[in-house]
Parts: sequence; structure tokens; C-alpha cells
Amino acid sequence: MTRPTPEIIAHRIHATPATVAAQAAHGGHAERQQPAERPVPAQQPAPVKVTGAQSLVKSLESLGVEVAFGIPGGAILPLYDPIYDSSVRHILVRHEQGAGHAATGYAQATGKVGVCIATSGPGATNLVTPIADAYMDSVAIVAITGQVARPAIGTDAFQEADIQGITLPITKHNYLVQTPEEIPQILAEAFHLASTGRPGPVLVDVPKDVLQAQTTFSWPPTLDLPGYRPTMHPHGKQIREAARLMSSAKRPVLYVGGGVLKAGATEGLLKLAELTGIPVVTTLMARGAFPDSHPQHLGMPGMHGTVAAVYALQKSDLLIVLGARFDDRVTGQLESFAPDAAIVHADIDPAEIGKNRAADVPIVGDAKYVIDELLGAIATEQAAGRTGDRTAWWGQLDDLRQRYGPGYDEPTDGTLAPQYVIERIGKLVGPDAIYCAGVGQHQMWASQFIKFEKPYSWLNSGGAGTMGYAVPAAMGAKVGMPDTAVWAIDGDGCFQMTNQELATCALERIPIKVAVINNGNLGMVRQWQTLFYGERYSNTDLGTHKHRIPDFVKLAEALGCIGLRCETKEDVDKTIEAAMAINDAPVVIDFVVGKDAMVWPMVAAGTSNDEIMFARGVRPAFDEDEL
Amino acid sequence: MSKHTLSVLVENKPGVLARVSGLFSRRGFNIDSLAVGETEHAEISRITIVVNADESPLEQVTKQLNKLVNVLKIVELDPVQSVQRELVLVKVRADRAVRSQVLETVNLFRARVIDVASDTLTIEATGTADKLDALLRDLEPFGIKEMVQSGMVAIGRGSRSITTGPALRAA
Repeated sequence: MTRPTPEIIAHRIHATPATVAAQAAHGGHAERQQPAERPVPAQQPAPVKVTGAQSLVKSLESLGVEVAFGIPGGAILPLYDPIYDSSVRHILVRHEQGAGHAATGYAQATGKVGVCIATSGPGATNLVTPIADAYMDSVAIVAITGQVARPAIGTDAFQEADIQGITLPITKHNYLVQTPEEIPQILAEAFHLASTGRPGPVLVDVPKDVLQAQTTFSWPPTLDLPGYRPTMHPHGKQIREAARLMSSAKRPVLYVGGGVLKAGATEGLLKLAELTGIPVVTTLMARGAFPDSHPQHLGMPGMHGTVAAVYALQKSDLLIVLGARFDDRVTGQLESFAPDAAIVHADIDPAEIGKNRAADVPIVGDAKYVIDELLGAIATEQAAGRTGDRTAWWGQLDDLRQRYGPGYDEPTDGTLAPQYVIERIGKLVGPDAIYCAGVGQHQMWASQFIKFEKPYSWLNSGGAGTMGYAVPAAMGAKVGMPDTAVWAIDGDGCFQMTNQELATCALERIPIKVAVINNGNLGMVRQWQTLFYGERYSNTDLGTHKHRIPDFVKLAEALGCIGLRCETKEDVDKTIEAAMAINDAPVVIDFVVGKDAMVWPMVAAGTSNDEIMFARGVRPAFDEDEL
Repeated sequence: MSKHTLSVLVENKPGVLARVSGLFSRRGFNIDSLAVGETEHAEISRITIVVNADESPLEQVTKQLNKLVNVLKIVELDPVQSVQRELVLVKVRADRAVRSQVLETVNLFRARVIDVASDTLTIEATGTADKLDALLRDLEPFGIKEMVQSGMVAIGRGSRSITTGPALRAA
């Protein structure tokens, strides 16, 4: 255990003042790596007289916000008056949770900041789940909530909730606006904080009387964030040390996480992988960051990862960890994770380094700069004739890939295999689409059986595991990427949590596709009951098979969508193609699939990755002698 | 586990203390002592936190603290290289029979009497935790009626200051 060095403990002391002028936090994936840093213009336009609400809407417009998802209510009502005339498209959702996940889906698909709006009290608390979700997956969203008027704060007034206090542990930062004058600055800071460094949700709580008060508006405001200075550029010495290890390791693996996508570093990653010949694994948050078709890609590691990816990490002598955080779903039992590996850990968040696994070479920096600088350092190593020999390593990995490739057993009871449905969607819809999953078996199968070739084509709730994420997130993604096909792969359990947003999709002309992988059960929970609770299926049967309640086709139609149903293997392709042909309305497909299919491979929770099961009762045979 | 003293410089804004203390409890740390006050810069407050922790979890909580937007700087003060003080106010039973003995103890510890009643004396003392513990131990036999203690404050020895530096220029 090391003592925090003065550099670590006060790493901000070397920073220059972080007082910078606001700039639009909307760059998109390619342009958002560098925090805003522009001098304050000498001449600002003369301030104009406005209400607090007008100032807030003008701030959103000045920040380049195209769309906001929300629902009005008492405390936020003053804001909705200027929104009526604004260039910001407001999408009226049916539940605030939908607004939050839509903002997240929008942000993940476009790389811009997602915006959601809710009123005070229950409106704000309904945003708690999507805010926690965005926090766990480091997604840049800004949530704007109404608050009761300042004199009423703390009196248990009607629809009062301390949303700033409630969201303290699940936001990157949050604000309670005290005066109308500070609105432009707080909004600009909120967008800056959400979208730079390690992205995350920022909440801005605005009392009703602040929205109603008269104030002045001028743009751009000056940001005042002296304590915020993310480290973008890695330390050269650490990069050289990493390159040295990478050039000599015998069994290295590039362990790639969502940070690579957030940094817009996927092109660099491809170059780095090809330059070094090192195998790549992509975590659930990084699917799409490296093409699935690439011969160096071993797939996803972790609880339901490929045998080759899990084995590669376990037997590695050097993990190069880029924008990932040693999540328990990847490491399994931490003590026995990758026991022989030296660790090069690069992350923009210094707190991630050493949190779960000690790093031999800690690198704090943005993945794009880290990778760019690694490319240079590796080239130097190679020019000096130092290239690792990985022939034996690749021999083992290729053998495992061949023996334990992706696959599934056809159900013996004649039911439709859920894996087949998802595989066919991936094949027919193709790699240009955006796929969005809920949480559970269907999510894992989607990650396993859809071939991701492009960044930002896979959206899911990874860290929080939020059931109900898929439909609203797909809605948000489609709003941001209207010319891209967006498919939600959802479960029947997840779908019943947030399908009300299909009404929003129908009315706002957001033609998403929703494939409900309907096994009639809370499938992943049922799988655990099968494996660990003696097949006692307590409260996992949803009745969607037995009673067809609800009837998803009728439900879809009632919500203004087109409903399709598919129950046989023969109909799968036809049904997918029928859905693909519809572009003027949202489509819901009820894929009625067998309930006994299980997600494999699997590392049981809390056990070592060495205990990975390829299928029920089948452990892969690792040839220990070769190592 | 060992005791660590952290000096945390924060922006003097509403809710900052809740952010800092909440982070400790959320990560499973029990704060032994906490003191907050203004610094020579009106915009900066200084929180002195004493925690009992292993070094690896302490490093993690320090890094998490550093991520709080309102936190400007964190310095761990070495017990040898810094001066550490607490304040105690204690109301002791001291009727005519024992009053002179109580006053003797007060003088021995260089404490002060700040209030006098017919049967009690109220004593103010500052010092390290050890010194105050010793004082209280000596006063105990007389009967302590009431006591209040501050959190520890600490400052580094020598001419160097932790409140200067580029990161704090904006404040």
C-alpha cells in the first residue's frame, strides 16, 4: 500500500486558473476532448432585460442545445413559457425517467450533452434513476429541475424535495440556483462539467421565483471553476514505461473500456492494436470501440464474456487498460483476477487508478492523448528493434477461440431461440444501425450475438443495470441520429417498465424499432434461480406467455405504434424485414421465445474468472502446460 | 489503521461541507474530528479532518475528494511537521473545599478559568488531543458537569503556506 504522494494528493496545484470563458459544450464525438479554454472576449453584447426563465432558455440556445426531453409542472412552469418560442425542440415525454434515459441515449449516440427537464418534488425524484444510471456510465447529461420558491424552501412545501441533496452522490456536480443573475454562468458551467474530463450528469435546481424574477442576460458568461481541472495529457515518462512493457511482454492484452469511446479514440486504438499485434478485449461499455470482425478482437471479457477474452485476461503477463475501471463484472473475484499480469492503467479519472487493482504504470489522461502518445513511444521501441514475440500467445488464443466460439443450443422444446432472433436482427439490420438494450439476458445476448463494427452503435445501461433503459434511450438516440436505424433490443420485463414512451415516439414521429425478446419471465433472475436456487422460480414468471397480459401487439397499437408478432424460426427474417420497411412509425415486435435459454459462458458472481463455465456443467479445458 | 489529518481547502459556498462529509460516510469512513472555518481568503474555507484509516482506502477517499468541484486542494499534514490544536470548554464542580486544587490543575496545564459560579468553574484549554485528555483525566475526580470539545485544527510548521499556489489564484 502506497502513501498518497504530494502530487497525487494535490494534483490540481499545478493547474493554471480554470477560469475560462464558456463555449458551446456541444462538440460531438470528435471534438469534445479538450476542455473549453478561450479568453473572455473584450466586448460582450449589451445585457438584455429578461426573466430568469428567459435567461435559462437563452442560455440553452447559446449552448447549442437542439433538444430537451421533459415534462412541465408547477415549479418549472415559468420555464415552459419561453420554451414555447424557443429554437430548442422540447419533447414531451410521459414519465420523467423517460426524459432522463432519452437524454442519456441522445448523449451516447451523438457525443453531445443530453438535456432533461422536470418539475420539483416527484418530477425531480423520477429523474433519480436515470441520473444514477448516467453517473455509473459516465454520460454527459444536464438535468434541469424546478424547485419551490426560495421562501418556501425547507418548509415541506407542496411538491418540495431536496433534489440537490438527493443527487449529491449520483451527480458529477449539482447546483441550487440562488439568484437569477447566476443562471447563464451556472448553465455554462453545468455543460462544461458534464462534457469534459470524465463525463457525467450535472443537475441544476431552479426555484420558481428565480425563474419569475427580472434579470439581465449576457453571453458568454465567465466560468469560475478553480477546483476543476481534468488532466488531459499523460505523463511522458509513464507512456515510455508503458511502451517498454508492451514491447517486451509475452502475453499482453489491451483491456478497452468505455473511456475510449468517450475520448473519441477508436481510430487510434485500431492503429495501436495493429502496430503492436496485441489482442483486444472490449468491455460491455466499449462494444463497438474495436471492430468485432477484426482478427485481433477476442470479444467481451467478464461474467458473460467469451472464453478467449476471459482466459486472455487471466493468463496475461501485461494488461494495458484503457478507459476501463476493473468493474466486478469484468474481474470476477478480484483477488484471483489476472494474477500474473503487470498493469498499465490509463484513465482520465485519477480516482479509478488503483481503486480496485494496483497499477504498475499509472497513467492519468484522456484516452485519445494516451493512445496517440503510446503510438509514438511504441514506434520508438520498434525502431530500436524491440518487438514482443506473441506467436505462442496467439496460438493459444486462436485455439481457444476455435474450440469455444460463440454459439448456443437450439431449445429442445421446439421454442424459438432468443439468441437466434438477436443474431438475425444484427445480420439483417447491419452494423450501421444503433442498438440499444435493456438489462438482463437479452442485453448479454445482444452484446454477444450482434456484430458491432462501429463506435457509438451500442447503447446500454452497464454500470447501474437499469431495467427500462432501452425504449427511452432508443428514443433519445433516434432524435439525435434521425437518419440512422435505431433498434431497441428489450426484454418483456424491461419493456413493461418504460414502454409508455412509445406514445411519445408515435406523436413526435420518432420511428424506433423495439424487439421485445419475450420469454415470459424475468429471464436473468430466472437463470440464477435455475443455477443457484434449485429451480425455485419465485416471482419471475411475468405471465406474458401464460396469459398474454399484456398483449404486446395490442399494447403497441394502443400506443400509436405498429405491432408485429413472431413465434417461429421461419418467421424471424420476414418479421425483421417487415419492421425494417416501416419508417414512418415506431414498430414493436413481440418475439415469443423459449424461457429456458441461458446466457453462456458464465462466471458465477463472486467466483474466480478461472471458474468460467462454457455451458451448464461444461468447463473449458485450458492447456496449463503451455503456460 | 492509523490517524491521518487532512487539510481540505474548499470554495466557501453553500453545501460544500455536506459534499465533503457525505463522501466520507458514503465510502465507509468514520470522521474522528472535523473543523471548518474561513481562511485568510474570504472565498476559501478550510476543513480539517481527522480520520482513522488504512493508507490505501485513504488514498481512494482523497482522490474522490479531489474530484469534488468545490474542493481546491488537499494536503495531508504530517504530525511531526505540523502544529495541531483542539479547544475544550469544561464545567467542573469546584466548591470551596476543592476550588484551590482545581485551580492548581488549571495552572499546571496552562488552562484558563473563563466563568465562575458558587460551586463550579468553567475552564478553557487548548492543546493537542493528548494534553487535553490528560487535563480531563485530572479534572475527572472533581466531577465534570459539562464539556464541549472542538474539532482539531492544524497548520504546517515553517514558512511555507498551503493556501498559496496557482490553483488558488482565482479565489
